[in-house]
Amino acid sequence: MQDLGGAFAQALWLIIELDRDLVEIVGLSLRVSLSAVLLAALIGFPLGAAIAVARFPGRGVVVAALNTFMGLPPVVVGLLIYVLLSRAGPLGELGLLYTPSAMVVAQTVLVTPIVAALTRQTVEDLRGEYEEQLHAFGVGAGGLVATLLWEARLSLVTVLLAGFGRAVAEVGAVIIVGGNINHVTRVMTTAIALETSKGDLELALGLGIVLLVIVLVINGLASGLRSAVAQASHV
Amino acid sequence: MSEAAAIAGSVAPVRTLAGGSAVLPIAGEGLVVRRGGRILIDGIDAAFEGHGITVVLGANGAGKSLLLRLLAGLVKPDGGAVTWAGRPPDRGRALGVGFVFQRPVMLRRTAIANVRYALKAAGVPRSERDAIARRALQDAGLEALADWPARLLSGGEQQRVALARALAPAPQALLLDEPTSNLDPASTLAIENLVGLAREAGTRIVHVTHDLGQARRLADEVIFMHGGRIVERAPAQSFFDGPSSGRAQAFLEGRIVL
Ligand SMILES: Nc1ncnc2c1ncn2[C@@H]1O[C@H](COP(=O)(O)OP(=O)(O)OP(=O)(O)O)[C@@H](O)[C@H]1O
Ligand SMILES: [Mg+2]
Repeated sequence: MQDLGGAFAQALWLIIELDRDLVEIVGLSLRVSLSAVLLAALIGFPLGAAIAVARFPGRGVVVAALNTFMGLPPVVVGLLIYVLLSRAGPLGELGLLYTPSAMVVAQTVLVTPIVAALTRQTVEDLRGEYEEQLHAFGVGAGGLVATLLWEARLSLVTVLLAGFGRAVAEVGAVIIVGGNINHVTRVMTTAIALETSKGDLELALGLGIVLLVIVLVINGLASGLRSAVAQASHV
Repeated sequence: MSEAAAIAGSVAPVRTLAGGSAVLPIAGEGLVVRRGGRILIDGIDAAFEGHGITVVLGANGAGKSLLLRLLAGLVKPDGGAVTWAGRPPDRGRALGVGFVFQRPVMLRRTAIANVRYALKAAGVPRSERDAIARRALQDAGLEALADWPARLLSGGEQQRVALARALAPAPQALLLDEPTSNLDPASTLAIENLVGLAREAGTRIVHVTHDLGQARRLADEVIFMHGGRIVERAPAQSFFDGPSSGRAQAFLEGRIVL
């Protein structure tokens, strides 16, 4: 137990003195997950809004599938991307495997359904209120999607936060496609897994504390925003 | 102004920003709407041209809102057709037909940004939007609230913004669905004044209301609806002097119409 106390104190010290390894790992984690969320937003916002607005046969199936994909297991996504990017795979030529780009791709695949599904829900709730008025303005399908996305902007920030929380905390996908290579593809979650198994608790605990704080702040922001949205329907 | 002249003749051409192509006459022919085995609109023929105000009266559920939405091209009829100036409604001319809903739909932005949005949809160049929008709000007595978030405005103020927003692109026709329900007398008067100004500018107006006082103040002619049909359409004076149908008579007297 004394060991654990010592390790904890050293972990805090790593954070306070901004240990180089720790900062590098945290930095890569943020870079990868933020890039993934950005890409997921670029795809998921318009996709979700389009599904919310469009009427086509089989729409119910698409919506159900989207909601199901929200729960994709990270290891399965990792495996899928691994197969695609591996030397023998269809995208092997790109040489992306075991690079940060591969991790961005994997997390994008993980987060896009979350962003799209939550966007679909949010925009569909607004559609009922706005659709006839916007049609009376002569706004077409594209304008309808853009306007509804803008009207939902505050809620959509919480959607992004949810996506980021999921990306930054997952380990299964990044460890498979990134390989946890020191100074190249080592992020918080993979480093924690590795250091813990090596019995090297200081760095693992230090990263664990940082990750915990990030996730708590994200969730705090999201719930704060949600209540702000509920109160201020005017912004 | 003589009612007959107001309704029958097409008077001065209407200044229009909204695409410029004509939407009048707005006509419905043989309109039928069925939902879930009920006939909601039961064979309506009606055309609106010239200028002036047609007030639509009728009990709850008579089909007044539905008729308005059909005329605006927002609902497709199951039978018959709506035409604007002889052609089916299209997006390009939508702002030539202004619409104010019973419950105003405000976008989450300032009052003036709401008006600018409609002008943008109407294809008004960016550089001109702000001045036109400010004028429209001024006419509605809302210049002090122009930069206020629209959704924080009171119901009456929102209804005025909605009307100013519909009027800003200078539509040729204006469809109003109970724009003053739930408003206090002062707000009601403000709306009625705006509607009156729009009529003087040459806008053709179809106005649904349950307020008989308002109907008497505004109407050039009256349409009385019941059970998805137009029971009676008559110049305002003769309608209020004595409607020819028993149902309209009962409605005016406040008796229950079944
Ligand atoms: N989309 C719809 N689906 C099913 N029924 C509808 C729909 N829209 C309207 N109705 C029905 O059509 C009838 C006419 O509705 P409408 O809204 O036109 O009445 P109204 O004359 O405007 O009544 P009110 O004075 O209460 O506003 C009502 O019985 C209503 O229930
Ligand atoms: Mg109605």
